[in-house]
Amino acid sequence: MGILNKILTAFRGGATEVGQGIVDANSTRIFEQEIRDAENHLTKAKRELTDVMAKEMQASREVDRLKRSISEHEGYATQALEKENEALAMEVAEKISQLDQELAEQEAANANFTAHATRLKDLVRKTERQLTDYQRQLSMVKTTESVQKATASITDSFAGSSSKLLNAKDSLERIKARQQQFDDRLVAAEQLADENSDKSLHDKLAEAGIGEQKSNANAVLDRLKARK
Amino acid sequence: MNIHTIANHLNDLCDKSHTGLQFDCYPIDGEVEVLQVNIVGREEIPVFVSVTENQVLCISYLWGEDEVNQDRRLAMFETMLELNIPMPLSSFAKIDDKYVIYGALSVQSDMQEIEQELSVLSDNCLEVIDEMVEYLK
Repeated sequence: MGILNKILTAFRGGATEVGQGIVDANSTRIFEQEIRDAENHLTKAKRELTDVMAKEMQASREVDRLKRSISEHEGYATQALEKENEALAMEVAEKISQLDQELAEQEAANANFTAHATRLKDLVRKTERQLTDYQRQLSMVKTTESVQKATASITDSFAGSSSKLLNAKDSLERIKARQQQFDDRLVAAEQLADENSDKSLHDKLAEAGIGEQKSNANAVLDRLKARK
Repeated sequence: MNIHTIANHLNDLCDKSHTGLQFDCYPIDGEVEVLQVNIVGREEIPVFVSVTENQVLCISYLWGEDEVNQDRRLAMFETMLELNIPMPLSSFAKIDDKYVIYGALSVQSDMQEIEQELSVLSDNCLEVIDEMVEYLK
């Protein structure tokens, strides 16, 4: 867990100013080199593993062949004995003894290859695990540095322009006010549209002599006369 | 995937946005390129996007340490931790002396996912400030 600790130490130590890396650039390069080395080891180990596994299969086939050959010759020896041909049986027995020795050697080699393959498989697993971990750690360092650099870019950009990052409350209030204004306008526009449609209907009704009539001079005169 | 492909996509969206929001993008130069994404009507709280080797980082600044009511700091932290999981797609973080919410996407994400991320991040941001204003001075 080394890298998280380094990042936190760097933060606490105030190493967050522009241009100051979490882990200095040199260490990052060394780290990247370590990753490349681990990758090379992995490729080599995998190639070796393929090789050893092929040899293991070969040895195992040879063991089988020898076993078959031994049992075959044992059959011959028995038959020779049955035919009381002691000399031939002896010759076959010598051959069997030779095969026995070869079998012992092949079995030893096979066991050796198996052990080697197991060791290599362990190594490959371990290296792969380590590589994943290195890559995760490197990604953490790089992300942290990238965010710092991005923050520096943002800060510089705002420092150099007339716009600035407002405080949270003011920003929210402005956004809300703008939203409110927008909503108000929307409502006003709707009301206006309603009124307009009301008015046009009203006009049509008046034209048709329906509803409240406009007062005119005749009507006033009529009203005055009626008061008498 | 880089900030320019994102900028081009967002600037070309206009009314075709899936989120109902309109975006204005301004690349910011620097050692690491950053895209300032302004959301129309919410220009005060932009989202900053940067692309690293394996992720797209979207960050919005909430408030600075100097805006926090120091007596309520601990309560604010607890609230942030409690909200971290329920808050969709975004998480709380602190960069230098600023509190932020951020979302991280795979560089393999498609543009619609990025659009969605930005929209949700912006919504979360407004809601968080609204809800947590009690911890500020």
